[in-house]
Amino acid sequence: MKRPFKTRIKTLKIDGIDVGAREDETILELAQENGIFIPTLCHLEGVHDVGSCRLCLVEVKGSNKLFPSCMTYAEEGMEVITNSERLQTYRRQVLDLLFSERNHVCAVCVSNGNCELQWMAGKLGITHVGVPYLYPQLAVDASHPYYAHDPNRCILCTRCVRVCDEIEGAHTWDVMGRGVDCQIISDLNEPWGLAESCTRCGKCVQVCPTGALFTKGKAVAEMKKRHEFLPYLRSMREGRNE
Amino acid sequence: MISRNEKIEPPSDDKRWRIVQATMQRNGFTRDGLIETLHTVQQSFGFLDDDSLRYVAASLNAPLSQVYGVSTFYHLFSLKPAGRNTCVVCMGTACYIKGAPSLLEQIENEYGLSRGETTEDGHLSLMTARCLGSCGLAPVAVINGHIAGKLNAEEALQRLQALQEVENVQQA
Repeated sequence: MKRPFKTRIKTLKIDGIDVGAREDETILELAQENGIFIPTLCHLEGVHDVGSCRLCLVEVKGSNKLFPSCMTYAEEGMEVITNSERLQTYRRQVLDLLFSERNHVCAVCVSNGNCELQWMAGKLGITHVGVPYLYPQLAVDASHPYYAHDPNRCILCTRCVRVCDEIEGAHTWDVMGRGVDCQIISDLNEPWGLAESCTRCGKCVQVCPTGALFTKGKAVAEMKKRHEFLPYLRSMREGRNE
Repeated sequence: MISRNEKIEPPSDDKRWRIVQATMQRNGFTRDGLIETLHTVQQSFGFLDDDSLRYVAASLNAPLSQVYGVSTFYHLFSLKPAGRNTCVVCMGTACYIKGAPSLLEQIENEYGLSRGETTEDGHLSLMTARCLGSCGLAPVAVINGHIAGKLNAEEALQRLQALQEVENVQQA
């Protein structure tokens, strides 16, 4: 049964501003439409959200819980707060933990200056990391002819996994293990260059927010990544399937 | 729709593949049956090797990386054959306080392996558990399915030594 028309549009407040949303719209999309900034790392326009980075947490009036705005749909009469003292503390903690979990040292990173993690840390006012780095011993995989994978820079946002699965349809990447031992792997944890399913399209490299996936033979200043083409690719490929 | 994947040949003539095939058949060779299929492989072969993962992935039309991800996520699946004997040391809170870490360390040193590994000769697998629910017996270990409570390192090593002797006798 189709819903009556009047429930299709939801009216709610974000940071005190009255906004109208379609019912299939998430709070994050709505905020971006209205020029309200919510920090994100795992969100990527063109692929599905997974809500793993927890940076986009927002407060909703009447609930003690925090909601990941990329996974929360707009509801009638909601009052959303996107930037409170409490949220800022949590977001900084999230970044602290992301930095400390691997080997994130910007000064020696291939993506220095073109890194979303670095940019976000600057934006949220991180001056230092409050917990000791774990520095796990992880090997760089440079077996691919064009690209390289450095798990030491990985923040496990799974953008590469999703873009490879949803847009390219190859599903070369996935996550292995659990907890702190999680890692991005290609095929059966083989070197990337040997992964048969990889089509060498390089979309994963373009969407990687950090220097975990990068193009070989490029200088740090050239390491700019672009993924504006994703929503377009998605709509074209979906259209063909219908 | 019967999938064309039925025709994919198992990696060897081993009859146990028929059991695996039966499981996949029951699930209509769909990807949803991945975990169940891996369970069957684990039960029939004792572990999941590269060949079996490739075979399951091809038969269910699942990406290799996903199959690998699933089989490393769940502790019940193991990618290496288990040892002939197993020793599970409980690392729950009570056991931890009662000295499970040093117990574990001494076993590790004695057998030259770290937790989750098997000795090179396949004699012993050393594993840890979150909590066995027998906190009154802390520290607890399970050796070949038998619970050993209130263990100290000496006793544990003695019991493991006994396993070695049993094996020596069987071989002789």
